[in-house]
Amino acid sequence: MSDATVKLSDAAIRRRMLAEFWFYFSQNRGAVLGLVVFLLLVLVAVCASLLAPHDPTMQYRDALLVPPVWEDGGRAGFILGTDAVGRDMLSRLIFGAQYSLFIGIVVVSIALVGGIVIGLIAGFFGGWVDTVIMRVMDVILAFPSLLLALVLVAVLGPGLTNAMIAIAIVYQPHFARLTRAAVMSEMKREYVTAARVAGAGNLRLMFRTILPNCLAPLIVQATLSFSSAVLDAAALGFLGMGAQPPAPEWGTMLAEAREFILRAWWVVTFPGLAILISVLAINLMGDGLRDALDPKLKRS
Amino acid sequence: MVRFILSKLLYLVPTFLGITIIAFSFVRILPGDPVLLMAGERGVTPERHAELTAQLGYDKHVVLQYFDFLGRLLQGDLGNSLVTKKPVLTEFLALFPATVELGLCAIIIATVIGVPVGVLAAIKRGSWFDQVSMTTALVGFSMPIFWWGLLLIIFFSGILGWTPVSGRISLMYFFPDVTGFMLIDSLISGQSGAFRSAISHLILPSVVLATIPLAVIARQTRSAMLEVMGEDYVRTARAKGMPASRVIGIHALRNAMIPVITTIGLQIGVLMAGAILTETIFSWPGIGKWMIDSISRRDYPVVQSGLLLIAGLVMLVNLLVDLTYGLINPRIRNK
Amino acid sequence: MKHLPVLASALTMALAAQVAEAKTFVYCSEASPEGFDPSPYTAGGTFDASAHPVYNRLTEFKKGTTEVEPGLAESWEVSEDGLEYTFHLRKGVKWHSSDKFTPSREFNADDVIFSFERQGKADHPWHQYIAGITYEYYTSMAMPELIKSIEKVDDYTVKFTLNTPEAPFLANIAMPFASIVSKEYADTLDAAGTKEDLNNAPIGTGPFKFVAYQKDAVIRYQKNPDYWGPAPLIDDLVFAITPDAAVRLQKLKAGECHLMPYPAPADIEAIKADSNLKLDEQAGLNVGYLAYNTTMAPFDNPKVRKALNMAINKQAIVDAVFQGAAEPAKNPIPPTMWSYNDAIQDDPYDPEAAKKMLEEEGVTDLSMKIWAMPVQRPYMPNARRTAELMQEDLSKIGVSVEIVSYEWGEYLSKSMEPGRDGAVILGWTGDNGDPDNFLSVLLSCDSAGEGGANRAFWCNEEFSKLLKDAKVTADPAERTALYEQAQVIFKDQAPWFTIAHSTQYVPMSAKVSGFVMSPLGDFTFETVDIAE
Repeated sequence: MSDATVKLSDAAIRRRMLAEFWFYFSQNRGAVLGLVVFLLLVLVAVCASLLAPHDPTMQYRDALLVPPVWEDGGRAGFILGTDAVGRDMLSRLIFGAQYSLFIGIVVVSIALVGGIVIGLIAGFFGGWVDTVIMRVMDVILAFPSLLLALVLVAVLGPGLTNAMIAIAIVYQPHFARLTRAAVMSEMKREYVTAARVAGAGNLRLMFRTILPNCLAPLIVQATLSFSSAVLDAAALGFLGMGAQPPAPEWGTMLAEAREFILRAWWVVTFPGLAILISVLAINLMGDGLRDALDPKLKRS
Repeated sequence: MVRFILSKLLYLVPTFLGITIIAFSFVRILPGDPVLLMAGERGVTPERHAELTAQLGYDKHVVLQYFDFLGRLLQGDLGNSLVTKKPVLTEFLALFPATVELGLCAIIIATVIGVPVGVLAAIKRGSWFDQVSMTTALVGFSMPIFWWGLLLIIFFSGILGWTPVSGRISLMYFFPDVTGFMLIDSLISGQSGAFRSAISHLILPSVVLATIPLAVIARQTRSAMLEVMGEDYVRTARAKGMPASRVIGIHALRNAMIPVITTIGLQIGVLMAGAILTETIFSWPGIGKWMIDSISRRDYPVVQSGLLLIAGLVMLVNLLVDLTYGLINPRIRNK
Repeated sequence: MKHLPVLASALTMALAAQVAEAKTFVYCSEASPEGFDPSPYTAGGTFDASAHPVYNRLTEFKKGTTEVEPGLAESWEVSEDGLEYTFHLRKGVKWHSSDKFTPSREFNADDVIFSFERQGKADHPWHQYIAGITYEYYTSMAMPELIKSIEKVDDYTVKFTLNTPEAPFLANIAMPFASIVSKEYADTLDAAGTKEDLNNAPIGTGPFKFVAYQKDAVIRYQKNPDYWGPAPLIDDLVFAITPDAAVRLQKLKAGECHLMPYPAPADIEAIKADSNLKLDEQAGLNVGYLAYNTTMAPFDNPKVRKALNMAINKQAIVDAVFQGAAEPAKNPIPPTMWSYNDAIQDDPYDPEAAKKMLEEEGVTDLSMKIWAMPVQRPYMPNARRTAELMQEDLSKIGVSVEIVSYEWGEYLSKSMEPGRDGAVILGWTGDNGDPDNFLSVLLSCDSAGEGGANRAFWCNEEFSKLLKDAKVTADPAERTALYEQAQVIFKDQAPWFTIAHSTQYVPMSAKVSGFVMSPLGDFTFETVDIAE
């Protein structure tokens, strides 16, 4: 059993799996649509400074609460109108995409890495380590996520970084549980025993042998968490505990816009719509991923 | 069965202790000082500050404070609010019915609509109904409900003027609190129009709060149904010539309900989180808004005991779900 | 027999709810009351729900002014040395009754002494009638140091002896914390073992009787038919607690309430345009400011501060942040306050000149922090937005600004730490309409240290001396002259950038008449009426 042959066949299998995955994924029209919107969103976020007609924090003092261009009193320079201090809504929304993607990526990365490590340790070692770790996870899960995140942010101080940390902490038990469950079922399989007999160390066993085989549910959970993170970060921003103004984060924009709810519909409507569309796109993708990765549903 | 319940309960004890530690320690490391908040722009002299801190018991060692807290907790004393000076439990109980009423209404809306839609979508898999309802469900699932609430207010209260903007009942009606549930109390009071008024106040907030659970339940019901319908015994029943309605009604539906009930039960956490946002938007006098206000006022005892009560409640409901699950599915009970 | 009052009041309640002719006035209040005993609390919303409708004080503020007039004390004499105040109490003032309490006697000197001593004496049985209770206003208005003794001369005469002469004393005891509560009610509660009801079910002498409170939702009052003053014109008073300004306005428009406080500045125009609504307005008794740290270079140089002041476009802040609902401030006290020095000229907005001034002082490449408070206050609707505007203005004269913010409690304490880095946005709302309540509290040497509220850490001996002299001067004209002079020094030294005095707006239904705005920001309803 030489290393080289194993690698080769691994790569081949991987390529085949990927092709199969894409086949199932592309069957799902919604998922493809979600992917397209998501890629557009990434594009907008990456090229924000090229696309945005204005600086998102530039205040045009002579253009406070200008309505969108198609309304009476709208101006061509401000396609989606301006907010209460004369900042261009469109530019702020475009830059807001950066925030949302950034939040999603950071939160999922922290939660994923943290959850995997914790779950691996719990599942691999079992016994009292497992009991203690899982009890702690139970405790975290006993609190409604948004409430716990709120209190955590209050502890850490309002701000985007702290909001992301708080949300990641709250999400991490889900990953830990999934990993642990997967590890425990994998542990009984022959290949693990084989690797152990072959003299693989604990770390190698955990990360090289077992982990790759538990990835599918984690990927699905990660997409789900990505969209929830965007939503929860926006909610925290809305409650004044997330990104702080003048950052063009969509939830924060909504919070700032709330006092204009009866007077300037556009400052309220667009940021929320932006949140909805991006979360929806990610969820569509997530559904597609789950269908493609979950062999059970594939069959039916 | 008794052993099953007992073992479940026993399992909860360390979790609950963990919750008390979290509630206590989080709140104690919150930055900001309640004494300073009380003084506001005016400021407070160091002597007065020390005096007030001592009076509130915040000068003791944290570990001592924790055991104080635990000791009083065991006696049913959750402490007094720093702001209103009233017992936290009294305040909680005064506001809790409002949240329960809202939450129950939301979960009823979500179940009554979600389950049939899910079942129908599964039966008519691939039909336009399936596609439309599942797309809608996904939109609902992706909804930032704080924004959704604002939109509904703009439209139904602002433009159409159909529903009141906030509150639980029109101020015209005044009757004593019997149950704390406005719908029931308004019926008991016998005042004409009171019940209608209570309903019209409740409708928007509960729709907003129901949005995400509704989407989750519909999706979950659909996939549970699909899964069950693919099982051998259902196929067998069908093959034997049993009418489709009976197959679905007796076998599929009943078995599909197990995961659905779990889903519904698990929505309580989602509901509590949603209640924070919904109550804030609709000025609904419940515990979600109370928690937010208390966090921003650094009302330590309220945040601490509120966290505890809410987490305890979530735990309790999850236990009930577990037990129901055990009742329906003996395999789990005996494991 | 004992049940009769219960029945009777239940009956009247039921009647009040059903009889259409009963005039019910609904006020969409902003905040839940912390409790109904005014003394332990400090929030205006609490006083509007307790001190104003339910209670009276020895002296009262004349409606719509900051002048003091007789309340439960019909008249008073002050001794030559300004140390002894003898109050002659009003006779025939009846206490409210409730289903749990029927008063056996009218208001008298015992009630006055009880009301003050429970706050001042730490060993008084009612001092801690709720665990952890404190009397913040009593303490912060320096009453413990000020009052030497309170004596009952007879049932209707009470004598206060002070330690030092204090010109604002009569105004102080007109403040909500000095509300007179019933000693007999307290005794009854004590006997029943329900002391906390003093805070839950208040019994007062005021124009309205407390009926019921549904936490965070509704407070109900009923007209007091035996009120000693002019009887209220409405029968029932209801507070509908609605924290959100947009929602309050919605309710007002929908006819769900008759009057609301604190509209969002953005909505003012729409309210003015609505023929079903009317809008009262008045300059508020407040000031919003940016306080430099006058102990740190280069802000210890008055010329630098002045230059920065000239670089900020005040009118733009008033327009964008207050939506025009404010008066640009040039003095630290608001124009509605007596002794406001209107002769003072504000520094002009002149970035060019400001830039030159900075260069003359050898200040280049200046970078500074501006602290923006995280909460909305009556004097500052949006500190963050204000800071952003300042940031832009200052960048035009080459000063780079970093905006910082902290959680509110932390903000308050950190901004008072000596050596604080940066200028702080904050403000003040007057308690009793006395200039001393602004100038001494916010700008004197005494308050520049720990526990004070002088966030510029500005200590000008001459300025502080003027304030001290004014405080022991009884003659209003003399005091006015002293305060006017103090304002000249303030403007010259520029420890603050004075931002604005926000205008108070009170939108109400066009059917409402007789509402009088209070410069102190109180909401009182004994004079209001509604047309059918």
